[in-house]
Amino acid sequence: MDFALIPPAIGSFWFIPAWLIYTLIPVVGITLFIYIIVMRLKPMVLAAPDKPINELPQRIFQVIKIWLLQYRHPRYMAAGVLHILLFSGFLLLGLRSLELMFVGIKPGFHLPGLGGTFGAIYGVLRSYAATWVLVVAVWAMYRRLVVKPARYEVPAKYGKPHTAEAVFVLGLISILVLAEGFFEGSLVAAQKQQGMEAHTLAPFTLAWIFHHVLAAAPKGMLQFIHSFSYFVHDVTFFFFLCFLPFGKHFHVITSLFNVFLMRVQRGNIKPVKYGVSREQLDDLESFGVKKLEDFTWRHILHFYSCVDCGRCSDNCPANAVGRPLSPRFISIKGRNLVFAKYPVFGEPKAGDEPLIGTTYEEDEIWSCTTCGACEQECPVGIEYIDKIVDLRRGMVDEGMVPQSLQKPLSAIEKRGNPWGKMEKKRAEWTKALDESIHVKALDAGEQAEVLYFVDSITSFDDRMQSIGQATAKLLHSAGVDFGILGKSEKDSGHEVRRFGEEMLFQSLREHNTEMIKESGATKIVTADPHALNALKNDYEGLPPVEHVSQFLLKQVRKGTLKFKPIEDGNKVYTYHDPCYLGRHNGIYEDPRELIDALPGIRRVDMLRSRDRSFCCGGGGLMLFYEPEEDQRMGVLRVKMAEEAGANVIVTACPFCLVNIEDAIKVAGLEGKMEAIDLSELMAAHLVD
Amino acid sequence: MEILVCVKRVPDTAENEIEIKGDGTDIERDDLVYSVNEWDNYATEEAIQIRDNVGGSVTVVTVGDDEAEEVLRRQMAMGADKGILLSDDAFEGSDGRGIATILKAIVKKGSYDLILTGAQADDGAAQVGGMLAAMLDLPYASLVNKVDVGSGKTIKVGREIEGGNQEMSEIELPCVLSIQTGINEPRYVGIRGIRKVASVEIPTHGAGDLGLSADSVGTGAARVKRVDYFTPEMGAGAEILEGSIEEKIDKLIELLKAKGGLK
Repeated sequence: MDFALIPPAIGSFWFIPAWLIYTLIPVVGITLFIYIIVMRLKPMVLAAPDKPINELPQRIFQVIKIWLLQYRHPRYMAAGVLHILLFSGFLLLGLRSLELMFVGIKPGFHLPGLGGTFGAIYGVLRSYAATWVLVVAVWAMYRRLVVKPARYEVPAKYGKPHTAEAVFVLGLISILVLAEGFFEGSLVAAQKQQGMEAHTLAPFTLAWIFHHVLAAAPKGMLQFIHSFSYFVHDVTFFFFLCFLPFGKHFHVITSLFNVFLMRVQRGNIKPVKYGVSREQLDDLESFGVKKLEDFTWRHILHFYSCVDCGRCSDNCPANAVGRPLSPRFISIKGRNLVFAKYPVFGEPKAGDEPLIGTTYEEDEIWSCTTCGACEQECPVGIEYIDKIVDLRRGMVDEGMVPQSLQKPLSAIEKRGNPWGKMEKKRAEWTKALDESIHVKALDAGEQAEVLYFVDSITSFDDRMQSIGQATAKLLHSAGVDFGILGKSEKDSGHEVRRFGEEMLFQSLREHNTEMIKESGATKIVTADPHALNALKNDYEGLPPVEHVSQFLLKQVRKGTLKFKPIEDGNKVYTYHDPCYLGRHNGIYEDPRELIDALPGIRRVDMLRSRDRSFCCGGGGLMLFYEPEEDQRMGVLRVKMAEEAGANVIVTACPFCLVNIEDAIKVAGLEGKMEAIDLSELMAAHLVD
Repeated sequence: MEILVCVKRVPDTAENEIEIKGDGTDIERDDLVYSVNEWDNYATEEAIQIRDNVGGSVTVVTVGDDEAEEVLRRQMAMGADKGILLSDDAFEGSDGRGIATILKAIVKKGSYDLILTGAQADDGAAQVGGMLAAMLDLPYASLVNKVDVGSGKTIKVGREIEGGNQEMSEIELPCVLSIQTGINEPRYVGIRGIRKVASVEIPTHGAGDLGLSADSVGTGAARVKRVDYFTPEMGAGAEILEGSIEEKIDKLIELLKAKGGLK
């Protein structure tokens, strides 16, 4: 066979045949890579167990949607498009890189199936891919170095910026595609010079450009470029492979697995320890995450997979108001610790240093409202809520609970509500109802089809009792046979669990489950999304649970409820998605459709709505926590409503209403902005 | 350092609505929830911190009925090493002096370097700490908000004085201190913590075990006797605002404005 240029596999380095070198490079590279991966797997093996991998169809679907199709990327358009181009380029060039590896061993090697027509088509595709990858890499470097999007910044307390690593890797990628282009371009230039049959290069690809540039180059120079670019490609490729597991580019390898393993069910919290039953909990030596190895292996994989893109923190309400929490650094600090404690070369560091006070701070972990915005946004499916709750469980177990939270927790333990109000007063809110509306007392022997689960804040808070009254009025008007548990109801424990007091949560769950089952109700309705989420996702074996917006919408569609038109034409309404109705339970449209059922209503959506809704400040125990913060989340939210041109914020959660009403006062918008609960709005417009 | 902390089970003022019985003999106790007296909780936390720093052990003691055991378990879940329940029908109706007499007897049975009490109890009159020290003839510092334990026979204790300033005193061991809230941040005790110490034996001592004659404690020995509970009549010039919280606030603001307190 005649060669226009000596192929890499035939040349030699001094007296050593090149094929030997080009066999050794992959052998050494792959061996080293396997060793590094094994060392990275070590902390995962030592970590706590995680859930068994089931729900395969959903997981495969998530891999296709979130990993392969990069579904979440365009939420940040510029960066998203860049990443999609880079990612698809990588996928396309993967085969070519494999093929090139063998070209150094056997001249003119083609992977099986890449020799014929398919190979020709693939050749065109991958040539364009290599070209756009270069364009994208340069563009990405420009973004990193010149545009500098704010979310990439690293606050001083979290260490040094990661720009250098990013640019370095983009440089490696550029070298890879450039080397490949020169390798091919120089060959085709030589073939043409020698009048040999040259394969056609796709126009405007790197190889095509280089073969034009090199058209008149002397043969010696072409040979040098051809051989040298191959060498550079081979070495760079394996260097790149082994460099990945040392930083944020580990995601190139881990993201596929991370997305496969990501949350399928929303709204739930991981058990204290997988594989340990409820009855065995008392025998556990320790609760929650206290040291690095208490994290589950999947959580360690999260640390490895963080790309440092900052999308989580950019959407984190705690971060936005200056609380000492930035979810991105939960991952980055975790990764730094894993890397430091389990180095690739050398012995693991001994010692079980507590995480709190070293890697993480108490206030950092208490700052989270568990709104889920970070998890919604992460393009590789990293989760934070379970980690935060596990760290809180560890702090609760060690007694590290802020004084502001100790009182309400103790009150819930003693009285079943965080204010320590008397149990017997739990149903007092019903006294203000019109006499025609009878709320059945299921704790006093009455029977009803539907149980209205009120929960603590609506039962006891003077202002929020009006949500209970409005809900009762609506249920009554729709002709629903309903009742409440009264003094037999205790706090749903939604935040008790999310604040790490698992055993107290379990005793609340046990009590409420028993009471609900005893009541004989066949359906549960609640106006409190936190109660909804608890009953639906934290409790087991209950009758079906619905939020009042879902329940009422069906009544409206059936025509059992009729509404009067809105009187005040100057009012512009906006709907604020409560985190535990929206993101955690996927209920976005029902409340909107219900609002729109009011004749003549003007409703606008805020820029941040539906799954990008912005937490108002958190519910349950979060009302008692005194965070360090520059401003209130609610104030930011109220301003967003103002920007949307609204003057009435409709919520569907008592905690949202507390936070937003307070925020309106703090923001000085009293008289210009008002807040109302969905049930209050609907009840006020009922046709009598 | 061997530390004894005297604690009391009291109706939790934050979680109860205190009402007086119709006959004026007591408060309504039917629907009360109880917890450890807040000041005592700070004292226990301080004792645990001192022990963790210099070694030794912490014992918590209470005078009460069988139900008082729950506060001992709670303090043991915090980290106290041992609990002692002092319970006897003969103790019922003791005044402050009676309680101090009972506590003195248990102090004499042990060998303690430091005895801590809360500065007062939610349902008490801030008597016991001082009386106990006097009966034991030990040095006493009250309202302590800072304890510095060195290696010597004396320790330094602080008290907050006017203007947010701090006063420090030196006191010889053994001694009695009454602890003020805010001296530390007491740790949280969850259900799990209490369950862990649920089966630890708590010794109970009655009057006989303590060598106390029945007539030195209880109702008979009390020199201060409670005679009545009542809600005071509204005095002249007093006004109780009625209505919802919003209405009350509006009225209050109106009143403050009217009297020139708010502009």
